[in-house]
Amino acid sequence: MGKPTIPETEFTFPGSTGCPGCGANLVMRYLLKGLGERTILSIPACCWAVMPGYWPSTCLKVPLLYTAFEATGAAMSGLRAALDVKGIKDVTVVGFAGDGGTVDIGLQAMSGAAERRTDGIYVMYDNEAYMNTGIQRSGSTPWGAWTTTTPVGSTHGFKHEAKKDIMAIMQAHRIPYAATVSVAHPEDFIKKVAKAKEVKGFRFIHAMSPCPPGWRMNPMHVVEVARLAVDTHAFPLYEIESGKVRITRKGKGAPVSEYLRFQGRFSHLTDVEIAAIQKAIDENWQMLLAKEASGT
Amino acid sequence: MREVMTGNYASAYGAKLARAEVIAAYPITPQTSIVEKLADFVATGELKAQFIPVESEHSAMAACIAAQTAGARTYTATSSHGLALMHEVLTWASGARLPIVMTNVSRAMAPPWSVWVDHMDSIAQRDTGWLQFYCQSNQEVLDTIIMAYKVCESSGVMLPAMVVMDAFILSHTSEPVDIPDQALVDSFLPPYSPDLKIEVGKPMGFGSLVKPDQYMEFRYKAMLGMKASRDRFLRVEQEFKNIFGREHGGLLERYQCDDADVVLVAAGSVAATAKDVVDSMRAKGHRVGLARIRSFRPFPHDEVRALAGKVEGIAVLDRSYTFGAAGAMFTETKASAYSVQKRPVMKNYIAGLGGRDITPRILEKIFEDIQVVSKRGAEDEVEWVDVAGLPRRWR
Repeated sequence: MGKPTIPETEFTFPGSTGCPGCGANLVMRYLLKGLGERTILSIPACCWAVMPGYWPSTCLKVPLLYTAFEATGAAMSGLRAALDVKGIKDVTVVGFAGDGGTVDIGLQAMSGAAERRTDGIYVMYDNEAYMNTGIQRSGSTPWGAWTTTTPVGSTHGFKHEAKKDIMAIMQAHRIPYAATVSVAHPEDFIKKVAKAKEVKGFRFIHAMSPCPPGWRMNPMHVVEVARLAVDTHAFPLYEIESGKVRITRKGKGAPVSEYLRFQGRFSHLTDVEIAAIQKAIDENWQMLLAKEASGT
Repeated sequence: MREVMTGNYASAYGAKLARAEVIAAYPITPQTSIVEKLADFVATGELKAQFIPVESEHSAMAACIAAQTAGARTYTATSSHGLALMHEVLTWASGARLPIVMTNVSRAMAPPWSVWVDHMDSIAQRDTGWLQFYCQSNQEVLDTIIMAYKVCESSGVMLPAMVVMDAFILSHTSEPVDIPDQALVDSFLPPYSPDLKIEVGKPMGFGSLVKPDQYMEFRYKAMLGMKASRDRFLRVEQEFKNIFGREHGGLLERYQCDDADVVLVAAGSVAATAKDVVDSMRAKGHRVGLARIRSFRPFPHDEVRALAGKVEGIAVLDRSYTFGAAGAMFTETKASAYSVQKRPVMKNYIAGLGGRDITPRILEKIFEDIQVVSKRGAEDEVEWVDVAGLPRRWR
């Protein structure tokens, strides 16, 4: 057995009010293992606005500024400016937001912070819907998924719009570093976070965050589902360093049905619909390979 | 040093003299030259601050909130729709007990589009927990910004303040303004050092979730802070006067009110015109006065009550309207006057919306009207002034 590469120090403590099997709990845990104690978090409305616990308690070993839903990027800029004006240099400013708070309501403030090259790391934990409010669709909900606002019925049924490609949006901002991470691959996760920490400027981490209640699945399958998301190329692991794409895990290219079958949110799909998802995933994967090959 | 400058530049000098450390702002007419000037001050090194050119007013306030939480003195400026966009985070700033100071260049709300003065923008934010000071001159704008930091940063207050000036009438009109000596300002206003700030090594949550059995205590304490700001403001202005040799009249500036039969209550630049009208009417033997609401939050209840007990009629001029009720200055003045033994007759005049001029002639007619109704009572408690199609002629 090789030497363990995951730091033993914990910066999240028991007491998180997350649901059993919460993927976002693992995202926070691995993130802070990669960043260490000299970190200031800013968190908007999302599951993690509730999960640290009621005042005056917190389950985090780093300080935390709660902010308005759409304001994470602006809060990062404000924190960094104050630290700069006080001459405090060795602190990592982190915005930590859900997918709705990032690709929907928070997109403007994040785009502004990225354009201003605010020195900080923005982490989006992606559970693919507004889970804290009870499973409503977001711009990050994938095609085919059931949510409470995309109910499966006779006329419309499930979500008929594709998930926003937030990594492409951030790449278009010409930021120095962006990466996707998975709770099924903690070594890769922490390595990328540690790498991001050493980069100056605006950095972006897209973390897949399986949600047992929202995805209608058994909490015991969270890591397995996260792994299948990578293996089926539904959620490829890659990084974009100074504009150059590098896929960090090629995966087996397993059929997407393996990933979908654990999740009740996809249980209504017909074989034809699953084939359509497979086709879209294959096309995205080919596009990613082409980007990697062309160095963009 | 005296210089001729606009209200916007006076505002920028106020923030500079107060040594704002983080400035986050977004341009909106007619506030732009405030942030342009501050960007210049920062670029030339005259002001050692971080300037964040944010992408919206919402982000301007959110960035100020974050920076202030980290222990920096912050400043921003906005107007009208920008202030409306900030609404959510205005409540955040006060709830988080952050003494942010902001200039609002008061401008009407659309539609229809207008870039000119009225107070609907700031009046609509009266319940957000911000102190609100309405200015009459460019000098007052500069001085009030410096005073506001001192009032707000005191541990018993810890609330944000909005310094309000009228669009164009002050923002773009040049007046002689005394720029106080930086060393004197430094002696008046020490660096910002809050009891609590976000910093590494202290794992705390700022703005956490609280249960119903805790929430009200936070609001109650904020109420106490606002209450304390009353006396704190008066003391700070006295101290300011001792150092700089001028003052601007406390929470409610009274002009020729001591022996007045009727008074006009108003806020903002129109008060300067009204003082001239008071002088000319007094020269003709009319005992009239002006009471200028300088601080709308905290509201000068005691001062208004004392005044109401001495006069027969109070005309309240509102440069905004609260639909379904009356002008907000009127309803609040009336509420404060209610508890006096012999209540004066009170009437509300809605005037000057969207930058319409409030001329000396109009103010004279308001005085004449309140003189009449103070004897026989007001038929209509709220009257819209100088509006086309209405029977009364004001010009």
